[in-house]
Amino acid sequence: MAFLEVRHICKSFGRTEVLKGIDFSLEKGEVLSIIGSSGSGKTTLLRSMNYLELPQKGTVSVGGEILFDYDDPHKFSDEELRRKRLHFGMVFQNFNLFPQYNVLDNCTLAMDLLARDKARQTKQHFDKAASHRENQQIASDILASVGLSAKLKNYPCELSGGQCQRVAIARALCLKPDILCFDEPTSALDPELTGEVLRVIKGLKSSDSTMIIVTHEMEFARNVSDKVIFMADGLIEEQGTPDEVFGAPKSEKTKSFLAKSLESI
Amino acid sequence: MQQLPIVLGALNVGFLQTLKLFFITLLGAFPLGLVIAFGSLSRFKPLQYFSRFCVWIIRGTPLMIQLLIIYYFPGLVMGNNIWGSGESGRFVAAAVAFVVNYACYFSEIYRGGIQGVPYGQQEAGLVLGMTRSQIFVHVTLLQMIKLIVPPISNEIITLVKDTSLARIIALQEIIWAGQSFLKGSQGIAGAIWPMFFTAFYYLIFTAVITWLLNRLEKKLSYFH
Repeated sequence: MAFLEVRHICKSFGRTEVLKGIDFSLEKGEVLSIIGSSGSGKTTLLRSMNYLELPQKGTVSVGGEILFDYDDPHKFSDEELRRKRLHFGMVFQNFNLFPQYNVLDNCTLAMDLLARDKARQTKQHFDKAASHRENQQIASDILASVGLSAKLKNYPCELSGGQCQRVAIARALCLKPDILCFDEPTSALDPELTGEVLRVIKGLKSSDSTMIIVTHEMEFARNVSDKVIFMADGLIEEQGTPDEVFGAPKSEKTKSFLAKSLESI
Repeated sequence: MQQLPIVLGALNVGFLQTLKLFFITLLGAFPLGLVIAFGSLSRFKPLQYFSRFCVWIIRGTPLMIQLLIIYYFPGLVMGNNIWGSGESGRFVAAAVAFVVNYACYFSEIYRGGIQGVPYGQQEAGLVLGMTRSQIFVHVTLLQMIKLIVPPISNEIITLVKDTSLARIIALQEIIWAGQSFLKGSQGIAGAIWPMFFTAFYYLIFTAVITWLLNRLEKKLSYFH
């Protein structure tokens, strides 16, 4: 059984079927890119992984643990849901940094709250200040690794889009997710800023993180991925290694999509 | 000239009552408004309809009518004046009317503020493993406060002057005190000038409140 197993995920919004049965799997340490035109269901698929959307069919499991099973009517408590969500990290297109906190606090907020709740559950003594210092240390190391040591005390509104997105990546990494998801991480950025974000993501690959990246950056997807999925109309039209999908696409839809995205204007 | 200390003395006593009503209204209406706002935003439909119905009634009728009904209804209809007699009874009734009325206005401002914080903020909290209440307290709340400072300021300044409506149930606030010299009190009668002094109290008080609220707005301008 693969590390991440996604089986027959379906999702509709009203009468619109967005996902019509998605199956794929991913091994630990692999990088998966999901490409496809707008409205093909890429983002919805990503959001179905961490309960931002509830699929109407299918299962999701990570490391053998079932995270979501539509046929199992058991309702998860908030606590279980929270624990299951934390298998995935999420980087949003619009960063969604907390504007009232500085860069460091953006990263430590969730860590501090989790540490406190964990201590409460196990009824251990909790030293808030010590735990916060520890989390600050972890967060500043991660922020340094994305090149933001100099910005720890800055607020999001003082940063460029590329810097914001790097903070968002660091914030997700701080919780040590099993799988890090990126939802079009460079789509809201000016072209000259996409490079710095893509380099950071590429840098994570070598540290053997498992990642799923929804992207429109074809060149990047080709370079960084171990696996590529091309989605069209809520279905996986084609999947394989980057060389297979980009180099020798079999489906007509894939061919025409790639031709359009590589077209120079 | 010897009338001035008498008038100022009376106005000060009245103004104290105005201040008391003002602060108690804020103290009660800030939290009650939040409760009503949560009701209006509830996914439990009956609660949502009930909250919105109450807001409709309170915002749809004059505060003066609410004051009269709240003060006189228990005594005249139920045969039991729950407010007690005298000035303290009138004050409690006035405070109840003001708290309920302002809570409804505040609730709509809160609702706008909560809905004005982008949904992405909640989603970010969720994927970071925060609970809904943690997201509200640590993420949404301050952003909401920042959004509602200007509209709430408007309401607070209106409240300064609305407290004078309590005059209708003879609460001895500052208008009541000033007006007493029109009719005749402590040897002064038919005097209009105490009314100008009364207006001046309001002016100074709103100036102080405006200054404080502007400071709060500046304090929150470090993020956007």
